[in-house]
Amino acid sequence: MQKMATGRRRKQHFRRIHACSCGRASFKGEHSLIGGPGFSRVVCCNDPDWFEAPVLNYDSNYVRTTKYTLAMFLPKSLFEQFRRVANLYFLICAILSFTPLSPYLPVSNVLPLVVVIGVTMGKEALEDWKRKKQDIEVNNRKVKVHHSDGMFDNAKWMDLKVGDIVMVQKDEFFPADLILLSSSYEEATCFVETTNLDGETNLKLKQALDATSNFHEDSSFQNFEAVIKCEDPNANLYSFVGRLHLEKQEHPLAPQQLLLRGSKLRNTDFIYGVVVFTGHDTKLMQNSTAPPSKRSKIEKRMDKIVYFLFSIIVLISLIGSIFFGILTREDLENGRVTRWYLGPDETTKYYDPKRARVAAIFHFLTALMLYGYLIPISLYVSIEIVKVLQSVFINQDLHMYYEEADKPARARTSNLNEELGQVNTILSDKTGTLTCNSMEFMKCSVAGNAYGRGVTEVERALAGRNGSPLAQEVTDEEGRVEDSTEAGTSTKGFNFIDERVTNDSWVNEPRADVIQKFLQLLAICHTAIPEVDEETGKISYEAESPDEAAFVIAARELGFEFHERTQTSISLHEFDPISCSKVERSYKLLNILEFSSSRKRMSVIVRQKDGRILLLCKGADSVMFERLAKNGREFEEKTKEHINEYADAGLRTLVLAYRELDEEESNEFNTEFNKAKNSVSADREEMMDGVAEKIEKDLILLGATAVEDKLQNGVPECIDRLAQAGIKIWVLTGDKMETAINIGFACSLLRQGMKQIVISSETLEIKALEKVGGKTTVAEAFKENVRHQISEATKLLSTSTQNSGALALIIDGKSLALALEDDVKDMFLELALGCASVICCRSSPKQKALVTRLVKTTTGNTTLAIGDGANDVGMLQEADIGVGISGVEGMQICYFFYKNIAFGFTLFFFEAYASFSGQAIYNDWYISLYNVFFTSLPVIALGVFDQDVSARLCVKFPLLYQEGVQNILFSWFRILGWAFNGVLGATVIFFFCIRAMEHQAFRKGGEVVGLEILGTTMYTCVVWVVNCQMALSINYFTYVQHLFIWGGTIFWYMFLLAYGAMDPHISTTAYKVFIEACAPTPFFWLLTLFVVVSSLIPYFTYASIQVRFFPMYHQMIQYIRTDGQLEDPEYCDMVRQRSLRPTTVGYTARFEAKSKRFGPLTKVFL
Amino acid sequence: MDVDGEGVSAVATGDRTIPMHPGRHEAFHQFTQQKLPACKPVLTPAWVISIFLLMGTIFIPIGLVTLHASQSVVEVVDRYDIECIPEAFKSNKLGYIKDSSIPKNCSRFLKVYKRMKAPIYIYYQLDNYYQNHRRYVKSRNDQQLLHGLKYNGTSSCKPEQTNNGLPIVPCGLIAWSLFNDTYEFIRGASELTVNRKNIAWKSDRDHKFGKHVYPFNFQNGTLIGGGMLDPRIHLSDQEDLIVWMRTAALPTFRKLYGRIEEDLNADDVIVVNLMNNYNTYSFGGKKKLVLSTSSWLGGKNDFLGVAYISVGSSCIFVCFVFILLHMKNRRPYGGHNLFVLEQERHL
Repeated sequence: MQKMATGRRRKQHFRRIHACSCGRASFKGEHSLIGGPGFSRVVCCNDPDWFEAPVLNYDSNYVRTTKYTLAMFLPKSLFEQFRRVANLYFLICAILSFTPLSPYLPVSNVLPLVVVIGVTMGKEALEDWKRKKQDIEVNNRKVKVHHSDGMFDNAKWMDLKVGDIVMVQKDEFFPADLILLSSSYEEATCFVETTNLDGETNLKLKQALDATSNFHEDSSFQNFEAVIKCEDPNANLYSFVGRLHLEKQEHPLAPQQLLLRGSKLRNTDFIYGVVVFTGHDTKLMQNSTAPPSKRSKIEKRMDKIVYFLFSIIVLISLIGSIFFGILTREDLENGRVTRWYLGPDETTKYYDPKRARVAAIFHFLTALMLYGYLIPISLYVSIEIVKVLQSVFINQDLHMYYEEADKPARARTSNLNEELGQVNTILSDKTGTLTCNSMEFMKCSVAGNAYGRGVTEVERALAGRNGSPLAQEVTDEEGRVEDSTEAGTSTKGFNFIDERVTNDSWVNEPRADVIQKFLQLLAICHTAIPEVDEETGKISYEAESPDEAAFVIAARELGFEFHERTQTSISLHEFDPISCSKVERSYKLLNILEFSSSRKRMSVIVRQKDGRILLLCKGADSVMFERLAKNGREFEEKTKEHINEYADAGLRTLVLAYRELDEEESNEFNTEFNKAKNSVSADREEMMDGVAEKIEKDLILLGATAVEDKLQNGVPECIDRLAQAGIKIWVLTGDKMETAINIGFACSLLRQGMKQIVISSETLEIKALEKVGGKTTVAEAFKENVRHQISEATKLLSTSTQNSGALALIIDGKSLALALEDDVKDMFLELALGCASVICCRSSPKQKALVTRLVKTTTGNTTLAIGDGANDVGMLQEADIGVGISGVEGMQICYFFYKNIAFGFTLFFFEAYASFSGQAIYNDWYISLYNVFFTSLPVIALGVFDQDVSARLCVKFPLLYQEGVQNILFSWFRILGWAFNGVLGATVIFFFCIRAMEHQAFRKGGEVVGLEILGTTMYTCVVWVVNCQMALSINYFTYVQHLFIWGGTIFWYMFLLAYGAMDPHISTTAYKVFIEACAPTPFFWLLTLFVVVSSLIPYFTYASIQVRFFPMYHQMIQYIRTDGQLEDPEYCDMVRQRSLRPTTVGYTARFEAKSKRFGPLTKVFL
Repeated sequence: MDVDGEGVSAVATGDRTIPMHPGRHEAFHQFTQQKLPACKPVLTPAWVISIFLLMGTIFIPIGLVTLHASQSVVEVVDRYDIECIPEAFKSNKLGYIKDSSIPKNCSRFLKVYKRMKAPIYIYYQLDNYYQNHRRYVKSRNDQQLLHGLKYNGTSSCKPEQTNNGLPIVPCGLIAWSLFNDTYEFIRGASELTVNRKNIAWKSDRDHKFGKHVYPFNFQNGTLIGGGMLDPRIHLSDQEDLIVWMRTAALPTFRKLYGRIEEDLNADDVIVVNLMNNYNTYSFGGKKKLVLSTSSWLGGKNDFLGVAYISVGSSCIFVCFVFILLHMKNRRPYGGHNLFVLEQERHL
């Protein structure tokens, strides 16, 4: 059995070796570069004591993905912290506070900084520790390494060295980049799964050099000696140039021999390989960009606001210093002191009236420190805490819990949660993200009859769409139930339900003969290999692509079981309609005309038992219909109709046709084809295609198949909602263009009637050029071509916007690489942004990352990348966010600025009454604890717990999301509005307080107000005002909010009591100020009440007018929630309708487009 | 177009049931899933109107009561800094005040316009006097005030830290610039007793100024600031000083001088014999003498009462305007479109 299997494989591989040798020829030019710059790597295989090793000093195989090392943690994370302008500013202030310049005690200034920095660094350390643990796990994986004398021992991955010979067993990952030496197969081939690297799901075949292919035993490496010279480490996954010196002979090495770290050995028992790139030199690691300290857009905006605040500080400090200078100079009038009680004649440089200018400059520094409280020191740390808590809640959310795998959502970094509400473009990887990566045979059209009544995700979504969009979820629910019961009975890859065909009942159908041919074709025309489970006798198939497997499985399920493939024949267990029983039939395989993306079809030529020769062909409708014979077009109309229906349902269609050949024709073809195949000229493939072209004609149509690339649950709804919410979705995939387009259709990113702009590197012109021109000319011409295509498309874009036809851009990796070059990228981006959907296929991880970066930097939009594999890592890192929350992200920050401005300006106003001397009105500790304790907890509660609109309603009204995207809640206008509110608050608080507590007695006992009492009262007002302001702006009160807001306020009183009770040495001016002076005084309480209410009234009035007369979208929904429903159905209706809007992608759009096409039969929305 | 009010109820049923982890506490579950029972206040017109109305109805009465309290206080203010300079020195006030050989006594007549009930508080008021200047505020030493000469680290007191190599107690600019005008009140023939005890905060007397600390080397320098202190009385009993050392917040301030514990009748004329010692002339400050009664709210200041009433009435006014607008305009339909498509913006 084993023997046979290898034999089969050999046949298959033979073809590929051909392809490969021609590839090698084209590498000739590059091979001459070896030894030169960029190609200097020398690897001495199997020689641990190699004398040059220390000189070359290659990386060890230890891989580190952490941001910090133990030694570097402190300096590096401190550096990260002080990279934030605000923190740096506070650091400088803290240092200055030890000089006499300081307006307050040094401790009171240093403590908050230490707390803030400490908390942030703790968080960083914790996150990095988690990464470290992961690294440790990977680095300690075991692999078998050759030691000496043909003995292989287990070693840790991290101990691997360049030149080591390793043995990797089935389903293991490769520990480093290896050169394949030999495998369990005689031809030294192996299968590799590279999903992690490039997202492609099919297995790739690798083949060792003939020279090394015979080392099948551990012992054969005892005396193995070789030297490999090859290129330096680089990030290109698809190229490799090298030379193997073995026994005085040189053998060229190509990517065909390179096994990459991150990929997995499949279907091969073991391989031997020699390590060429280790650790960070591997292509996987080269592709990964260093983990950046991601900083969210809000954070960057925050920096800008900090600069803004800083300029306010500088401005008011400047004003203060000028006044201070003038006032100080006046202290000495014509040599006569004026304010003698300040002792101006015997003074220090800080107050010297004789050198008032110097004093003013010093005072400027003092003022900078004093007004430093305008900058919210705790802003960053509060935001960090909010983010960490949000991640915890994301992880805890049962809505994001995947039951089957018992996996909750996991927020890997907490840095960017708030951006989730601002995503503008989603960049999605296809495989595994959108689809389940499994194909299911769903429907077919044979002889003009449509079979199969399975319902696709898209159809289900469309059906659910009928009528009210709000009723949709209910129908979804039912749909899903149905789905799960169906899934229980069906086989993987087969979801075909039609009693007319299944259980061999097709024999009773009118055109049973056509159906028979159709099924035979499915069972024969493919390149899959059957694997018979010896115990159960069940047959599974190993196919290049999952859709091919789906065909073979469908054929099997419908009675045409393909069970054996030899080099020359294909054997089936067939249901014979005449005898009504299973018979074994084998077909002699004459030729396989392979699938290629330019041909878009494949054919096999077989000889039946009765000697008839058949050409069986399947392919895309675009190429197949034109190849039909005149007499073969019987079902053409019907089939086309069905194909359109299928495509509309998001299915992937193929047209099936056949042709009978006579002996002569077949022979002639055979010779020509072989000639072409064996030619060594550059246009070999061209020739083969030409020959095939000649025979694939005059076909007779059998029908069409429809395969569903099974989408993940809910993908169509999700995409539709995202589209409704105005978020763009780009698909970046490693798959073939055809697959990518099909997925696009399946998930409604593409639809019939959408203009597709395809920018491909495989156009005819390019092909032609490649034949004649040299390498550079081709590249240039190619680039010109891409540029041309882009500019053409851009023109199209501008014309089509007028007629509002949606455009879709499809671009492949090679073209993408060029489109991303500096001079073209802007044009490309403009085009891409204008298109409703963008699909990039065949893109490498690095390109994915580049696209992401391009979108991010050029448009300044927030991007969200979704991906599941390691191949998406680059993209994920590059994107702003690595998944949706809507809410009041910006609100927190606005609030921070509000509260600090309110606080800071009271300090400033007081200065005007204290001859700008830099005396703070509040006690040092009140000031320093303001940000850290009394007012920042509510912000955390706001960030973590606030829900302006419940999750349910958010899903109902996707447009709500645009508030976040357009940053309505965090625009400059808003920020300035809040800043103004802050200044207003400060003005009300300050002036009302000083007017009320002027100079009269403030209590029955006749005592007057001193600095400490006025300070305490004013501070109490500030704490109340900012906390009440928070309460006013919050939409959602649970006990947590109450706890934090009122707790913060109560905490202030408790602090005042506790601090006031301490020894006067510590508490200084606050000693017993509350218990003795304020608390027993009605005036204090009355004033607090008055100031708090009157400083909130302006905002309250504004808010009530705004909500009532100029509501924002979320407020309308809130209104509905409270009472709109009963009271005002019309209004409710209006809001709901505004939430639906014309979109260009998603099934809603598809439905609309369809209804436009089919006239007014269907209900039209909006 | 067939959606109506029912749509919203469909929303409620659309909420998926999510399996709960067994054994987790209900409340904890609510917490982690952010489904805690919550109140979601929305500013509906009904709420807005009632809140404004409530504010108005609460504030106006409070304002009236407050205003009444302030009005009930009787206050007699007399500025004496200019009048108390003899004609000869009118052009050279500074020369007068600095010349210690010239007698500084001066008499003022105060007329009580309304009956004043005891206790009547006597204040002196200074204008344009920056007791809140940073240099001034910092120029003291609390430790020394409490522990006296035992404590040496008095660098904050500069320049009034030492004199002739000996430490000054109490040190610092504040103490040095102690206010030293004195007043005597005579009604008719008899002198009114002025109680000068218990004019300072108790906490200051007990915990900030030492009972065993006596003034030392005070005002012995070449430059004499304000008042002298009796070196035989410990600081805790020097209430003038204690009051003075609680720095004022604003450049215009009053400080308690003493109490008259007798009622004064309307039209009583009080003769004040004062010693005009304190120099406010060099910086153009004013000096005033204030006699005032007190209510439960303290002294005379109409601000709070008037402010309460005006804010209260403007609340009611806003309330009516809002009602009017609300009645006039129905809910906005369509209106402005906030959501310009991102795509459209790019083109």
